[in-house]
Parts: sequence; C-alpha cells; structure tokens
Amino acid sequence: MTQTVVPPAPLIAPPGVPTPGRARPAAPLRREGPDKLTGTAKYADDLVFPGAWYGATVRSTEPHARLLGFDLDDAFDWKRVVVVTADDIPGENVVSLIDDDQPALVPIGGEIRHQAEPLLLLAAPDRATLREAKRHVRPRTEALPAVFDPLQSTQEFAHFTVGRGDVDAAMATADLVIEGEYRVGHQEQLYIENQSMIGVPREDGGVSVHGSLQCPYYIHKALKRALDLGDRQAVVVQSETGGGFGGKEEYPSMIALHAALLARKCGKPVRMIYDRHEDISATTKRHPAIMRHRTGVSRDGRLIAQEIEVVMDGGAYCTLTPVVLSRGVLHAAGPYQCDHVRIRGRAMATNTPPNGAFRGFGAPQTEFAAEMQVNRIAEALGISPLDLRRRWVYREGGTTPTGQVLRESVGGIDVLEAAADASGFEETWSRPRPNDGRVASGIGLALAWHGAGFTGSGEVQLASVASLELTDAGRIRILTASTEMGQGTKTIFPQLVADALGVEYDEVEIAPQDTSFVPDSGPTVASRTAMVVGGLLIKAAGKLRLQVEGRTGRPFAESYREVGPMRVDEQFEPYPGVAFDDETYTGDAYPAYGWACAVARVDVDLDTGEVAVRDCVSADEIGRVIHPILAEGQVEGGTLQAIGYATIEEIKLRDGRYLNDRLATYLIPTALDAPPIRSILVEKPFSGSPHGAKGVGELPMDVAAPAVVAAIHDATGAWIHDLPATPERILAAVAGVAPPPQPGVSAGSDGGSVANRAAPPEGSDPKPEARRTDAQPFRAPTDPDDDWKHRR
Amino acid sequence: MTTRLTVNGEPVELEVPGMRRLLDALREDLGLTGTKEGCGEGECGACSVLVDGAVVDSCLVPVCQVDGASVITVEGLAREERLNALQAAFLETGGAQCGICTPGMLIAGEAFLASGAELTDERIREAIAGNLCRCTGYTKIIDAISLAAQRLRT
Amino acid sequence: MPVEPPVESPSSLAAAYRLLTGGLLRPIAGGTDVMVQITGELGEPPRRVLDLWHLDELRGIARDGDELVLGALTTYTELRRSRLVGEFLPELAEAAATIGAAQIQNRGTLGGNIANASPAGDSLPLLLATDATIVVGSARGERDVAAHDFWTGYRQTALAPDELIVRVRIPLANERQLRFRKIGTRRAQAISKVVMALAWRPASDGSWQDVRLALGSVAERPIRAWETEQILQGAEPSEETADRAVSSLAAEIHPIDDVRSTAAYRLAVATRVLHRLIRTEGGW
Repeated sequence: MTQTVVPPAPLIAPPGVPTPGRARPAAPLRREGPDKLTGTAKYADDLVFPGAWYGATVRSTEPHARLLGFDLDDAFDWKRVVVVTADDIPGENVVSLIDDDQPALVPIGGEIRHQAEPLLLLAAPDRATLREAKRHVRPRTEALPAVFDPLQSTQEFAHFTVGRGDVDAAMATADLVIEGEYRVGHQEQLYIENQSMIGVPREDGGVSVHGSLQCPYYIHKALKRALDLGDRQAVVVQSETGGGFGGKEEYPSMIALHAALLARKCGKPVRMIYDRHEDISATTKRHPAIMRHRTGVSRDGRLIAQEIEVVMDGGAYCTLTPVVLSRGVLHAAGPYQCDHVRIRGRAMATNTPPNGAFRGFGAPQTEFAAEMQVNRIAEALGISPLDLRRRWVYREGGTTPTGQVLRESVGGIDVLEAAADASGFEETWSRPRPNDGRVASGIGLALAWHGAGFTGSGEVQLASVASLELTDAGRIRILTASTEMGQGTKTIFPQLVADALGVEYDEVEIAPQDTSFVPDSGPTVASRTAMVVGGLLIKAAGKLRLQVEGRTGRPFAESYREVGPMRVDEQFEPYPGVAFDDETYTGDAYPAYGWACAVARVDVDLDTGEVAVRDCVSADEIGRVIHPILAEGQVEGGTLQAIGYATIEEIKLRDGRYLNDRLATYLIPTALDAPPIRSILVEKPFSGSPHGAKGVGELPMDVAAPAVVAAIHDATGAWIHDLPATPERILAAVAGVAPPPQPGVSAGSDGGSVANRAAPPEGSDPKPEARRTDAQPFRAPTDPDDDWKHRR
Repeated sequence: MTTRLTVNGEPVELEVPGMRRLLDALREDLGLTGTKEGCGEGECGACSVLVDGAVVDSCLVPVCQVDGASVITVEGLAREERLNALQAAFLETGGAQCGICTPGMLIAGEAFLASGAELTDERIREAIAGNLCRCTGYTKIIDAISLAAQRLRT
Repeated sequence: MPVEPPVESPSSLAAAYRLLTGGLLRPIAGGTDVMVQITGELGEPPRRVLDLWHLDELRGIARDGDELVLGALTTYTELRRSRLVGEFLPELAEAAATIGAAQIQNRGTLGGNIANASPAGDSLPLLLATDATIVVGSARGERDVAAHDFWTGYRQTALAPDELIVRVRIPLANERQLRFRKIGTRRAQAISKVVMALAWRPASDGSWQDVRLALGSVAERPIRAWETEQILQGAEPSEETADRAVSSLAAEIHPIDDVRSTAAYRLAVATRVLHRLIRTEGGW
C-alpha cells in the first residue's frame, strides 16, 4: 500500500507536456522486467562459456598468522589443475581501493590478517577435480596474536572530527545531560544472487571478466593494476545482477582478479561462482560500531549541545572504511538544529574479515544511536517524541555541524508530519497501548536524513561522464557504466532521456555495462545514480536535442533518425554554490539531503521477547520522484532491511570467524515476518539537479531500525541499546535473564567471552613451521543444528 | 540411469546420476537457467519449481525422485510469447526488482493461485514464506499475487 | 554440480530391506536433510543412498482403533491437510505448519524428521508427549520402539543399520489435552530455539493425570522432562504448581549457547512458556 503526498508542484505532468524527470500518468514498465519474469535474463552463473574451467579459493582458517608456505600433497596429480599463488601476479599485489593494504592473495612470508582470507587459487576442468585438489592443499602458518575488539585495537584506518560552537561551555548550561552508549553488529547484504565472476582470456594478452557487480570501473582499475594491463586489455562486463546493496561494490574486484589470474594461467575461461557459505564467510559486511552520546537539553526541551563519539570496526583491511566512517560521522547528530556540536569518529582495525559498503554506508549505525538518544530524551522530558522532533528538526536556513546552511529542499518536517498523520501516531500515543500481560503493543517513531550522492568533494574528484549517442542506425542510445541491480537504472534513464528529447520511452536504448563501450559514469553507489548520472543524461539530452534541431530545423522527435552518428559526452560539474573543505571538514558535506520518517508498530511477546512488527509507515522526501513504483520499491525494500537489522540480523563470531555463515543460520525476514509497509513519497525538488531528484536508495535504511526499537520500548518499557534487539536482549532487559554477548565483537577461539586471542605461550611450539592449519583448506559452515556434537 | 519426466509439458529423458539435484539437471543438463540457486539448502526458495503441482526446492530433490513426474519451471509460465497473468501482474506492480528471487517467487505464487486458498494478505505471505526476497520488502510481490488472483477469479 | 553418490530406488519395501542387508546405505525420504549435504560444501555427502520415495507402503494416514497410524513418508503438507489429523491430533498439524515453509512441507516427512534425530526436530516433542510408538522394520521383521527410547544421543537413534522407520502409531487417549509451542527466530523457515509439547488428562477433581512434558533444542536430543512431569502429575494447574514445575524444569534441563541462541535464554523461555501454559489452563 502506498500513497504519495504532493506538496506544491503536481506529480503528474499534464498530458503532452513532458517535463524532465516528472512521473507520467503511467510510468514506464521495468525495461528488463520481461526477461526477469520469463527466466531469460542472464545472471553470471547462467552464462555459458564453452570449455570453461571452475575456480576455487583456498582461504585462511586463522584470524592472524604468518603464511609460511603451502604443502601440495603428492597423492594428487597437480598436472590436472592450475594453481595460482601471489607469485603469479604480474603487477602489484593489491586490490585497488582507498589504501593499498589488501593483497589479492597473501604472499608467502606475508601476514594473514583475517579468517577466510584468500591464499591460493585453483582451477580445474570439472568440479570434482577441483574439490579433490582443494582437499590436498594445506597452508603452513605460524599463529600471531589477534585483536577482535576495536576499542583495544591500536591500528587506526581513519579519524574525523566535526563540529561547531562551544560544546563544553554550552553543555555546562544544560538542565539535563543525557548519556548513552549504543552498539550495532555486522549485517550481511544478503543479495540473493551470490558473488559470481567469470574470467575470459583475451587474444591481446588481456582479460575480460563478466560478472555480478555494481562498479565496472572499480574492477577495471583493479585489473589493470594487478595484472599490469593497458586500458583496452582489461574489459569488465556486467551480467544481470541479483542484488547488491553495497555488497558488490568492492569485493567483486577481488573475485575478478582471481578469475582473471586463473583464466590467464590456464588459457581458458574460469568460472568463480561463490556458494552462499563462501559468500557470507568471506565478503564484506556492514561495519559494527559503538556510539557514545552526551546531549545537553533545557527543561523546556531545547537542544543545547551534542557530544558524540563513534568507533567503527573496519575489519582487517581498509577497503572503503574511511568513507563509511566519514558518512557515519556527518550524520551522527541526526537531522536536528544544534549550535554546539562535536562529533569525533575513528575506525579501527581488527583481525576480522574486512567490512565495507552496505546501503546507508555508516549512516544507519550512527543515526540509530542518534534516534535512540532523541527518544530517550523525549521520555526524560515528558515530551512526545513527535513534538520534540517538531521543535528540533532542521528547517530551511538551518546550519549543520559542518557549518553547511540548508538553503532548499529541506523536507524533515514534511516527512515527520506525513508519517505521523498516516500512522495515527498522535492518537495512538495519547492513550494506553494494549498489554494483556502476555503480549504488549507499542508504537515508535524515528527521523533521519541522508546526504545525497558522494560526500564532500567526492563527485568533483570522480568527474563522471555520461554519454548519449545517435547511432548510424538512427537509434538513441544511453552510454553509462551505471549498473542495474534491481533499483531501476535501466528504466529511469530511458525515461529521463525520452522526456528530455520529447520521444517515446521505447525509442531510447541503453548500452550494456561494458567498459569497452561505456564511459566511466562513476560507481553505482551512494544513491547517486538517479540524481547525478540521471542529471548528466538530461543535460546531454538537452545538448543533443539542440544540435539535432539546429541541423534539421525541425523538432527532435521528427528528425533525429536522419542525422546519422552523433554523440554527446557530459561531464559532471560542481553544483553551483556547493563547496566543501576536506582538510577542515567544513562546508557543504552534500549538495542536498533526503529526509525520512518511519513509524513502526510492534507486538512483543512478554514470555519470550519475540517481536512481531505489525505495521511500518515510511515517509521519504527525495526531491522529485522520477518513477513512483520504483521509488516505493526502494522504500519498502530498504525498510525491511532495516527491520531485519533491528530485530534478527546478527553475525556472530568466534576466533574472528563468522559463525552463522549460511542461510540456515543467518536469518533475514520472510514474508511472514515482514509487516505491511506503507511508503509515502514526499517531493521537495532540488534545484541543483535538472530533474530535481535527490536519490532514494539508502535513505529508508537509516530510519526504520530506531523506530522499531522505540516501539519495543513503548511496549515493554525497556530500552535496547544494542542492535539487533533480539528476543535474547529483550528478555535480558525485561526479565533479568543473562544477556547475550555484545554485538559485533568476536568471542575467543575457545568460544569464551575473551575478546582477544592471546599469542601462543613462549616455547609451546618450538617449530612453528611444523604447525598446520586444519586439514580442511576451508572450514565447512557451522552446523545449524547446534554445538551439541562438541559437548559429548 | 534414465529418468523420464515432463518439463514444462515436454517429455524429457535424462541420462544422469539419480542423486543429481533436480536444480542441476534443469540448469546444466537441460539448459533451463531460469531456476536459480541461492543457498543450496532449502532456505531461500530461489530454485522453486512445481513437481506435480506442488512447490518444492529443486536443490533438495534428487532426479531419481521425479521419475514420471511433471515439472514446471519459470520458463513454462509464459504462453505464446505472452506473459501469463501472474507475470504481467509482477511487471505492473513492481514485484520484480533484481529478479533473482523472481522465478521462484512466481512458482510459489502459481502454487498459491492454483490452491484456491482464501485471498488474504496473510495467506499470500504464508504461501511465499519459503521464498526470500531482499529487494522488495515483499509488499509489491503480495500486491502482484493479489492482483493476479483477482483477475483470474473474475 | 556435485559428484553424486550412487543411489538405489527400490519399488517395494521388501526390496529396500534386502538392499539394506547388503550393506550400509543412507536412506533418503523427502530429501530435505540429506540433499543439503550432496554438494559436499555444507556437509559430508553420503557414500551410497537408498531412495525410499517410491515406497507407497510407507504412506498413508489411518485410524486403527485407539491409534492414529502415520506412514513414515507422510509429508508435513499431508499432516496439515489430513482430516483425521485435524480431528484427532490437530496439534500435530499445528507443529507441521511451523516447519520450514511450503517447499519443505511438501517434501519433508515425519519419518525423516524422526530419523534425522535433530535435537531441534519440530515434531519430535509431540511424539514424546503422546507416547507415540515408532515402528521400525528390516528383513528381520518389524519391532516397536517407544518414542522415549528412540533418540539415544546426539543424532543417534535406536535404529539398527539395516532398519527403516515404517510408521508411527500415536495413541488417541480419551480426553487428552495437548499443547504445542515452538520458539524460533522468525515465523517461517526457522530452526527452533525451544520447542515444547505438554500433554495431560484432566481428572474430575481438577487435577492433571498422565502428564507428559517434552522439549526440543534444550538437550543433545529431544527429551521428556521426567522430574517436572512428576511435579505436575496429580496436581491442579495452580500458581503454586506452576512455580514448582518451573523450578523443577530449570534444574532438569541444561541447554547450551550456540549460533541460534543462548543457554540462559533457552532456559528462561522454556520455563516461562511452561508457566504460561499452566497459567492459561488454570485460568488465573
């Protein structure tokens, strides 16, 4: 069920007057929908490459160790397979991203920094041979002490301090100072299509990779660097991609390197198709984080000062951690006007698999804490959480912690009122909620903002290009590297271009996401595709239209087929008046913000702590809505991911290894667990983008989790400070049952609560080179049944 | 070992080991890659197919157990180049996003439509509870199944 | 694609028994447990497999005097749809509805759940609480095993290597009351954290007789809570009884921490759910 609230401008364009970006009476159907609905869409594992071999990765089974070498068992005939180690990497042994700390394969003598780290690659003509070979490889290692707790780590990936005003002086004037510490654990993206990549050797000595991915040019860069290839020798082609959510932003570079290394060595296409166990075990998760808040307020409910500390666990390598931390810090104070704010954030290294991009990118963590804090303050002041936010939320002219003045498209109050109204929040809040002693009901509200596009000067540095061409066959074709992974790129781009050119949707084609054809329009991340790349395409369309009409003297739609090949390349230019200083972390952190409010209703079983989310309303202000159905789809999907984050999704670790590394143990909500989600789209167009759009992908992920936890509090009286608010944590809070361990921190190797693994005692193992890791090159997943077999 | 069955109405003879997963036989022996593998352990439902009208996870069914059976996959839903009622409803309502759960979701939806079960939100949710979707929050999938059911029943 | 083990698909129970006599075989019914292991990625694949799916002798639901007789190949869907089960043992249909979702219910079988012997097997506490008899057979003949003798340890059963589960007989005791409760992490597709079945016969004086209390996921196998049953036996469902029963249960079970939950939570929930069941019946 959905509903669209339309402030001033009409959502539906009058007939015959197509306005760029304006939704039509009947928005176009999903471009690749029929292929997906008939089973003809080709995902990576559906692609056939005759003669292809199968690839596998031998991974570490320790959190921290020195790699001494490999024992290849003579019982296996190694001529049947191809083996790749770090020595086979012709270029630099790095997975190119922010820092150069992460190798594609750990070199002999190098440091293994986390469980499931890639050590060696195998390829074989069939899966049986591959599995047999895998069983005959044993890495030799020497154990090193491991760190699992970010608070005890001494290695920092990044730190940021943001703020303005005089926090200490202001805090001293507050009537009330509320403190809180909040923790969130890992979350798995859980795209239903596992990571998959196929490497194909090229005649020019290069390599093509086909696979499931978000960012073709990230992979292109990684291949060139590690394989020492020229621009044209590395080709990256996206296959149909079964979900990404950030999880296919950086790790596909690793898999593509592996597939390419194997393909080049064996001279055949090599398929690297992860199964679910390998995917969960090895690929990135949402960063666990610890947030500490001190908030000063006056007795009459004025927000006086905020002091916030954020610590994120980056895992073993840097990946995108500094940028995740940056976004987390910039959103950590929540969407509230406060003149005295200090936010300090740091990201620390631990010996756990690297954490990375996941929808929201740092903001869901810090905004959970911010909203918990606001809801607790409302309770302490005896003011309704709705009223307190009405007072505090940014209005036009507000100033953020970086000193950014919010000049336009500020929709916080609009989404707050829209969600409160649609959910009947005030009426429910004004009288007691049902509680029969066995089941208690509650309602909760939360508000969020989300910076649109890349942080700070990110877009300027990217300098993305999107292109539009008229082919010699008289077709209009879009050329971008922006990928479709379900969110609707392939539908809204032709829609935007068709509107700008005054032609029908079906007249506009979109070129495949293949780096040999399309320009680098930047990564498909940060909710930037509709706003930034869509904006470039509208500008390109305007130029193309002028050129064609100038040449033919007739309207574009009537004459473009006569004009032969023509191409417009449009490069990003800074939004007017938007400036950010990366040194001082001041200025316009984002060109604009999206705004969201969620209201959740829950029933809590007081015997068991089980939570049923009964209803969730999410109102999202996203600038101009391009395609209502697709935008609602983003809100509904993001909301359920946030509900899963709030209630059941938790990675548990032992000895730095993910324990619930399969779908029987890492649980996401089913259709029976999901509430009806009512999305309300609110429009306050952003003048900086030609179509007024701000992006929608991540925003809903920021807001539903604190709403659910507020509703649990409303039902039970207990504040659950740690996510997820599992039945175990709820029962600990309401019934004094011993709580489970804090989320996000690994237990020691013995399963005990010791957070850090000790070094082996001196002299306990005089010949470390004789030590071997498990006979299994890669551990089988945890038996979902339980640990009873170890207890006999 | 020879297994005889019909797949999407066509008779098929499979010369494959009896313990081969039906999923692998469909995808690799018959080239019907519309059926997807998401977990290999019956948790996600991406590999759902109909066996004699019942929705099953094809990763959990050995070929030896479908001898003589009728199997319907996503490729068997559209007729004469036209989307069937459920597929059309998914397209209209936005029930497919990334599309990887869609084949299995359609199959579970078809089983629901064929069951004649009461057309309520809860019954539809129960019918697709074995099919995980990470994109949609299920809302538009339920809308799609409901829309198709209404059209088919009038 | 995995390397598939060899499989025999006999068309009669006698033929299946003969094959079992000839050597170690892993029986497969609906495949929902065995097939997970077949790729070798999520467990060790079986070496040789015996396919039971075509043995119609193992199917069917019937009433035989005071007993409900369920063939080993009865699927959870069949349990949910059966008129006989709905009339005489609706709690079994209720339990079947909590297992997996449609796909699993269409293939998973009662016999498979019993043979798989998971401590978390959802239907097993009900079989314990109803004094079910598990009939096993081999070329040597059939024998009866009481449910409470069937699961002997972690994933261990009273089955000899050449035996199969043939059917389950459940007494339809007059006036028996039965309650079932599963606590999982989500509402479908969830392995239980605690599963409980409670049976009793209300006597005319208001006391409970023939009390059976069985639990899953709190020990290395599905168990009866014998000592707690003794507390409840002959008592009325009063607050004092509930308190005593809960103290007894807390001392009697020793759940563990694992990937799904904690020992403390399991213990608390088992006792709280039991307390609630007694309270609801006592009406206080």
